[in-house]
Order: sequence, then C-alpha cells, then structure tokens
Amino acid sequence: MTLELTHFLILSAFLFACGLLCIATKRNAVGILMGVELVLNAANINFVAFTRYLPGFRLDGSVFAVLVIVLAAAEAAVALAIILNFYNNRGTVDVDKANELKG
Amino acid sequence: MILDLILFTILATLIAASAIGVVVSATIVRSAVFLLFTLIGVALLYFLLGAEFLGATQLIVYVGGTMVLVVFGGMLTSAGPTNVLRTKTAEWVLAGSVAAVVFAMLVRVSLRLGEVPTAVGEIPGPGPLGVAFLTTHLLPFEIVSVHLLVVLIGAAYLARAKHRPRNEDARP
Repeated sequence: MTLELTHFLILSAFLFACGLLCIATKRNAVGILMGVELVLNAANINFVAFTRYLPGFRLDGSVFAVLVIVLAAAEAAVALAIILNFYNNRGTVDVDKANELKG
Repeated sequence: MILDLILFTILATLIAASAIGVVVSATIVRSAVFLLFTLIGVALLYFLLGAEFLGATQLIVYVGGTMVLVVFGGMLTSAGPTNVLRTKTAEWVLAGSVAAVVFAMLVRVSLRLGEVPTAVGEIPGPGPLGVAFLTTHLLPFEIVSVHLLVVLIGAAYLARAKHRPRNEDARP
C-alpha cells in the first residue's frame, strides 16, 4: 500500500467539512473567519496533491496554490477590518446582532 | 514508500485533530492556537508532497502573517474571558448533519477520482514558478497584484481611527 491521491483528497474533504461546521456553528465573527481559513486550506491541499499526482496539471496547480494563499491573506485583512468596525459600533462580535442590513 | 505513508498518517492525525479542536473550542484564543497547529500541519504536508516553496510560503504568510492578524482581531474584540458566545444544541445538530453529508459526498467523489491513472512527478520549484508567473500566467498574477493593492487601501480605510472630526474641531 502506497501513498495515493485519494488519501490527500479524503483528508482535504475532512478539513473542508470541519471548516463548514466551524462557519455554521460559531457565533463569534473571528471564529467564522477561522472556518473560512480551514476551507481555503482544504482547497489548497487538493491543488498541491493534484499538482503532484496528475501530469498536465504541474504548473497550474502550483500557481493557483500560491494565489489561494495570497487571497486568503487579503481576505483575512479585509474581514478583520470589517469585524473591528462592527465591534466599534456595537461593542460585540456576535454575528446574530448584525441584523440591520436585511435584504 | 512505507515511510511516506507513516509520515502522512501522523500529519493527517495532527491536522484532523487540530481542525476538530478549532470547531469545538469555546474561546477564540484556544481556536486560534488549534488553527495554528492545523496550518503548520498543512505546511508540513506540502513538504511531504515535495512542494518546498509552497510549504515555506504557507509558513511565512499564514503562520507568520494571517495568524497574527486573527489573534490580534480576537484579542481586540474579546469582551472578557467570561463572555463566551455559546451555540445552541439544535444548531450543532443541524450544522453537524450538513457537514457530515458534505463530507460523505466529497469522499465518494474522491474515491471515484482515485481510479484516474496518476503519475508521480516533481512539483515545480520557485524558478519555473516565477517564469510561469511572468509568461503563461501573467494575467492572474497582475489581477492578484492589483487586488492586493485594493485590499491594502480598503483595509486601511475601514480600520482607520474614528472620531477624527472632533480632533479637527479642537484644532485652532
């Protein structure tokens, strides 16, 4: 038995499910941000595993893995700025209290 | 070959256990510490796969940058150690079942994908990656650089110091 693509895909699926659970259950906005980070890392594991195991995906996988890391950092910066603004206005980071913008 | 499998098993256990820790931790700082272990585990997984550049990038950008941001955000917004936001049991059950269904679907797809013939190859290092960013993948590179500039300005604008008009009034 050797290390195969499926192992990485299943680990990534588990990480994705954990991130989804984190996003759905946390009421703290920073906790939701952590869930998003977990989901992005799951996607990135998939990219790198495909890069290693699929011929014809060698360069694209690495390129997109780097881009995902950059976008995750950018997303964290903007999300934290928004969360800090929300905290300044309301004195809490409970997302259930963010109920003024309804569409 | 068997060493690879053993190392993967150890790393996968570390990653999965810390990911569960992120989900079930009640306080935000504890979640952040578990997330730190998850990110380090993923970086080590990249090293195991032979993607040294990506592993180093993950360690520098995620563990060094993003985690500091998240920890600062958690500390700046915490109203005290006793004020912990609890989740209702019904929400846990609903979200847990949704996550389990998604996990089952992804595993099913993964098992089917595992039958695709694969060939292990080297992951390109920083050199070919840099050449690719300036030749074949120039457009995503430019988009992401402009995006970073926009994010920099937007984050600085959103998180700027408030109550500036009062200071201006006080000025002669």
